[in-house]
Amino acid sequence: MKISRFFKTIFMTDFISGLLIAIKEIFKSKKTINYPFEKGKISPRFRGEHALRRYPNGEERCIACKLCEAVCPAQAITIESAAREDGSRKTTRYDIDMMKCIYCGLCEEACPVDAIVQGPNFEFSTETREELYYTKEKLLDNGDRWENVLAANIKADNPYR
Amino acid sequence: MEYLNIVLQEVYRIVFLLIPVLVSVALIVWLDRRVWAFVQKRQGPNVVGPFGLLQSLADALKYIFKEIIIPSSSNKVIFILAPIVTMTLALISWAVIPFSATQVLADINVGILYLFAVSSLGVYGIIMGGWASNSKYPFLGAIRSAAQMVSYEVSIGVIIINVLLCVGSLNLNDIVIAQQNLWFIIPLFPMFVIFFISALAETNRPPFDLPEAEAELVAGYQTEYSGMMYAMFWLGEYANILLMCAMGSVLFLGGWLSPINIYPFTLVPGAIWLILKILLLFILFALVKAIVPRYRYDQLMRLGWKVFLPLSLTWVVLTASYLFYFNLLPVN
Repeated sequence: MKISRFFKTIFMTDFISGLLIAIKEIFKSKKTINYPFEKGKISPRFRGEHALRRYPNGEERCIACKLCEAVCPAQAITIESAAREDGSRKTTRYDIDMMKCIYCGLCEEACPVDAIVQGPNFEFSTETREELYYTKEKLLDNGDRWENVLAANIKADNPYR
Repeated sequence: MEYLNIVLQEVYRIVFLLIPVLVSVALIVWLDRRVWAFVQKRQGPNVVGPFGLLQSLADALKYIFKEIIIPSSSNKVIFILAPIVTMTLALISWAVIPFSATQVLADINVGILYLFAVSSLGVYGIIMGGWASNSKYPFLGAIRSAAQMVSYEVSIGVIIINVLLCVGSLNLNDIVIAQQNLWFIIPLFPMFVIFFISALAETNRPPFDLPEAEAELVAGYQTEYSGMMYAMFWLGEYANILLMCAMGSVLFLGGWLSPINIYPFTLVPGAIWLILKILLLFILFALVKAIVPRYRYDQLMRLGWKVFLPLSLTWVVLTASYLFYFNLLPVN
């Protein structure tokens, strides 16, 4: 053993310098946030909870083209459609199984009318499985609730598409 | 009637010692997690109560309502007894810790011997838990823990001899009073360092937390425990850590003496000084947990037997010959 190494071991210089670094780190600012009370910034592209949007006049955007159903890699989307009285094709059923969904965002990409989108909300955990089978009503309700944010996000992300 | 009175008085004194100890164990767990988090630049528990101070109470409440699972192949009596033994042994040693010249539950003449004996018994709780679980990881953890605690107790014992040579008494209050002019940390500094490291090993703290090394042994001897029984192991462990800190402050940091023996400092009650010293040592414990990697088992044994034991034995010879040569021996 080298003499310098011997003295290093005896006086525990490595340990003491480590201890000093640890003490210094204690007084630095924290890198984590106080989560439920403060939240981190979310990108406009964030792929969270799904929503079905409406046109400003209240008409559903979805035209039941079923592109999202076709593209969905997890096959989480189920759509049934029928003609409405006025002759326009609309969905009679639009279900998303949120437990199958892998949040890839392909439905959003596939949609020709920006009807199905993924919003910034990621805090939608439930106590039962049943609550995570989203129906059309739930998705439309999400769309109404988040419309301002969704529209702003689509606008913010538009130049990069 | 008179007999009952004496018993009641003793129970009263015991309860008033144990409740603060248990509360401070709860707070010390919070402090430990908080210091650990701060070193890693995290927030740590800060939701329950002011600054998260009541986190341990919330945890304890959770443990109380959890189911206690007793493995069907276990030795049930010993399995249940093990956490009780651990916790009882961790708590009864507090009887001899002096909080001031008069505030000590049992001012016995062999205080330090009692303390050492009881803390050595602590390994039984762990062995019983590991053996009675009848499962491989608890068993391996218990074996490791037994070997580790026994090896480091040897060096702690020799270190205590160093202090006793300077004091000439086994009474903890006498040890404190002997440090009136000079705390033993100054003449016996290397022994303090070795004591601190051995205390880490004795209480299974990182870097010597091999008995519960989660990467290899799941949770060591605690693997099969759940609910309140797990909580008791956990309480006993932290009570033991606190006790080791108290032992360190009594032996080396002047116990309940104020750091400077002048007017405004001597007004502060001794218990406060002792608590401050225990806290200081505990924060060191917590910092060490945050900065060191775990030792390998053979390294641990090598450190205990081939470094600490010869070093502390040499120091005993040095102290004894120094005291003898300068005629400073406390008793003739």
